[in-house]
This record gives sequence, C-alpha cells and structure tokens, in this order.
Amino acid sequence: MNKFGTTPILEARHVSMQFGKFKALSDVSTSFATGSLTAIIGPNGAGKSTFFNVLSGAFPPSEGQILFNGVDITHQKPYEFARIGISKSFQITNVFKQLSVHENVRVAAQMQVSRFNFLKDAHSLSDTIISADELLERVGLHHLRHKKSGDLAHGQQRALEIAMALACKPSLLLLDEPTAGMSPEETLVMMDLIRILATERTVILVEHKMKLIMGLCNRIIVLHHGEFLAEGSPDEIQNNAEVRRVYLGQG
Amino acid sequence: MQAIFQQIATHRVLATTLFLMVFPWLMPYEALAINILIFGLFAMGFNLLFGYMGLLSFGHAAFLGMGSYITGISIVSYGMPWGAAILFGVIAAAFGGLVIGFLAIRTRGIYFSMVTLALGQIVYYGFYKAEKLTGGENGLRGVKVDPFNILGFKVDFLNPLVKYYIILFFVVIAIWLVSRILKSPLGSVMEAIRENEKRVLACGYNVAQTKLLVFILSAAICGLAGSLRALHLSIVPIDSLHYLQSGQAVMMSILGGMGTFFGPFVGATVMLYLEDVVTSFTKHWMAVVGLIFMFFVLFFPKGIWGSILERLGSQKGASK
Repeated sequence: MNKFGTTPILEARHVSMQFGKFKALSDVSTSFATGSLTAIIGPNGAGKSTFFNVLSGAFPPSEGQILFNGVDITHQKPYEFARIGISKSFQITNVFKQLSVHENVRVAAQMQVSRFNFLKDAHSLSDTIISADELLERVGLHHLRHKKSGDLAHGQQRALEIAMALACKPSLLLLDEPTAGMSPEETLVMMDLIRILATERTVILVEHKMKLIMGLCNRIIVLHHGEFLAEGSPDEIQNNAEVRRVYLGQG
Repeated sequence: MQAIFQQIATHRVLATTLFLMVFPWLMPYEALAINILIFGLFAMGFNLLFGYMGLLSFGHAAFLGMGSYITGISIVSYGMPWGAAILFGVIAAAFGGLVIGFLAIRTRGIYFSMVTLALGQIVYYGFYKAEKLTGGENGLRGVKVDPFNILGFKVDFLNPLVKYYIILFFVVIAIWLVSRILKSPLGSVMEAIRENEKRVLACGYNVAQTKLLVFILSAAICGLAGSLRALHLSIVPIDSLHYLQSGQAVMMSILGGMGTFFGPFVGATVMLYLEDVVTSFTKHWMAVVGLIFMFFVLFFPKGIWGSILERLGSQKGASK
C-alpha cells in the first residue's frame, strides 16, 4: 500500500542482483501505480536492463521481492508472468522469422486457449485468429499479415513484437527500449502507439534517450551504477541536479 | 500442377497412404519397399523433433532399437502375441524418450546433440550386455509371427506383400498422428520454439514441458518403426542401436527436406534405393551416397522435397 491507500500494480522491494562479483543492482525499491506510464532511465551500465529482466521475470533477483498487485511473484517461473498478465517486448527483436506475421500473433494469442492440445486443428480456434487480426490492425500491420515476419522492416518487426506481447491481454506491459534502432519516422509512430496502449494498461519502459520520454511519461525513475538515484515527473527529473550531473558527466 | 499439389497438401495423409499402397510395385522387390517404409517412419518421427522443433538429436537409434528389442523380447522370451509386442515396444521407446528427453532438454544446441548421443550409447551397451535377453553381439533371433486369420483370410508374414500391407497399416496410423500433431495448437508451438524459444517463453508457454512432450512423441514413433522392423527382419541386430542409425535419420531428414511432411520419406526412399542399386556394382556405396548427400546439402539445402515445394511456391499453409 502506498500513501494513497491503493495497492500498486508492481512493486520492487530491496531488489539486488549479483552476477558473480559484479553487483548489477543494489537495494532498489520502487513501485508502479496502476495505469501509470513510467520510464526507467539511466546512463549505460546503470542496471536498467537487469532491472527490466527482474521485473519481467526473466530471472529472479538475488535478493529482494517483486510484488504484482500485492502478491509475491519473485520466484514465479518465466512463463507464468505472461499468464498472470505481465508481458514484455525485448530490446533485440524476437519474432518467429519463418512464420507469417499473422501466425506470429496467432501463436501468442493461442497461449490463453490451448497449449498442448493435439487433437484439434490450430486453425479451428477462431478466437485466436480474430484476436490476432485485431492486434495486427492496432499496430498497423494488418495489410502485411501474410508476409513472412523475417521479411519485415526493422520498425515493423518491433511493432509485431508489441502485438505479440499484447496477445496475452496483459494488465502490465514492459518494453525494453521500444525504439532501439528505429528511424525518426518509425520512432514517432511507435511513440504514438505506446501513448495509446498506455491509456488501457500500465506501461513501464526502459529507455536511454532522455528526450524521447519527456513528453511521453508521467513518471521517470533514474538508475545509476545499479542504484536508485531519483524519481519524479519529467520536469522534476530534468531539474534534478544529481540527474544532470550523472548525465552530463557521461557526456 | 500447383492445384494438384495443393490438393495433396490438404489431404496429405490420404495422398501418402494411396502412394504407399502402390509403392511395392515401384520398387525392385518387396523387402526393399518394407525397409523404406520402416525407415521413412523412423525419419518422420525424428523430423518431428529436428525439423519442426529444431532439436538435433544424435541418439534416436536408442528408440528404434528399444522398440525392436522390447517387441522381440516380448515375443521370444515371453511368447506374447505380436500386436501386444508392438504395443510394448512403443511404450518402452516412449518411456526411454521420457528419461533421455528429461535429461537432454536441459541443454541446447551442440550440447543437446552430444547428450543424446552419449545417452544413446549407454542404451546400446545396456542391451549389448544383457546377453541373456537380447542375444548380445549376435542379436536377438527368432522373432516369428505365426500365420493368423483376419475375417477368414489367412495372413502369413512369410508372404512379403502381405507383410508390407500389415506394416503399412501401422505406418499409416503413425503418419496420421504426425499430421494431426503438426496441424494442432501444439504443432504451432513447436514451430515457434524452433524459431525463437525466448519469445515462446515470454508468450507464456512452458517451453521445457513442450519439448519433453514432443521428444516423447518422437521417440514413440521411432519406437514403432523399430517394433515393425523386428517383425520384418524376424531378428533384432545389435546395430539397431548403433549411432550410425541415428545418423541415418539425420541424413534422411536433411536429404528429403527437414521440417517438411513428406521429406523424410523421400529421403529414406532415395538413400535406401541408392544403397540397394549402388551395392550391386560396388561395395563402396557409402562413398556414392555420401557424395550425393553433399551435393544436396551444398546446392539444395532445403532437401529434395523442400526444394520441390519451394519451386512450386506452395510452401505456405498445410503443405509445410
């Protein structure tokens, strides 16, 4: 519970991550309010990606707890995160390259209906086909549905991955550098998409381009050397002396 | 032409069955046809794991051999009817798949191949040493099927054509099962795992469990091939378990076209037919088959059937 008396959708309590002798995260505590759009920023090596991986269930932290709607999910299996409503897109695009655009999203949507069944036809699950079509419509890829996803442009593959992440109907969407490697035009389209998606669910994104997120997020968390440095509204962060020092110090 | 292939693709089990019904007349003699049928099934079971899910096992001889030996032992040592013996052979192979799969799926890439190879060799030595039951080095002899009656017809395994159709009956069931799996939700997940395991996990699928399930199904199908081979040869040679047999499955799948439905059968047909033809004028048939294999890997990496499909541009949907 926070000061407003509501349970945050996601909460990190004293999270630390040790890789051998290297401490990637030390004692990070923060929470994310339901419906918020938060960016996690920080210079290179700040521990953003590690924090993202811990929050999205890629691996459990060495110490500390992760709570989802007040329930401890620290040691849930990676695949269970999507089932309880936490979905993510990766920094490096991960799609099923040999499969069609539509099949990519259909397989992702199928998770909620059928996982091991081999007595049915996959294409008889009409719900998954319809929801795949709707998701492709949303991210603007419907006209490419029959194309092999490996043949799509980089920006389109990223949009496809977001459609796949949405297929499990998540209440929390985590995006790791959603505009990485995108052209300025593609970036603008992606920002608009994120803005729309954030009206329906909680979104957390990791980004290192500070400019990009200023007009997008309502809250920013800054990490530095694996430690929690600051949090606040974009304005507060921009005027925070510590943050300025860290960013300017890095050049 | 394309329309015909589209039809074949949508009714692939029926098409394969019809083709295999006339197959013995296309081959120089029935025993070769039976051998191709059995190894085609073996390669098909292997391809389920390798071509569709992307796991390269070098230990599938273990399942072929387990199927053969357990079927053979059931008949020779316990005097079971042949139908039950086949069932036990398949169950044993599936159980072997459970154990080997459970250990092997913890590893990836080349390590997976090495672990399956090593475990396959352990199975080989296990059966080799259990001489009392398996006959050790000499193989298991005397796997006989007595003549029996079906609906008033006398069925005798000594008649090669009759034997072919009995074996075909079981092969068709397995082909139907494979086709069923590939079209199902599980089949979609398998292909997704081959493409990107990380994403499948992030989508909420239990990747390890799916891999194990497919490993077991693949082992059971290869076990059935082994069981049928024991009945066909009426002995179980120890080389059924040899890693060279695992290599055969790999070569047949690649030659025919990995990740295609008919590919493994095409690969088995070409390899075994060549072996038969080339052996008649030189004992170095391996060298000839090896050259042909290399030619295909270099110039037609999608294999014979895979290249035909690509040429026809009908590689989408069910024809995959």
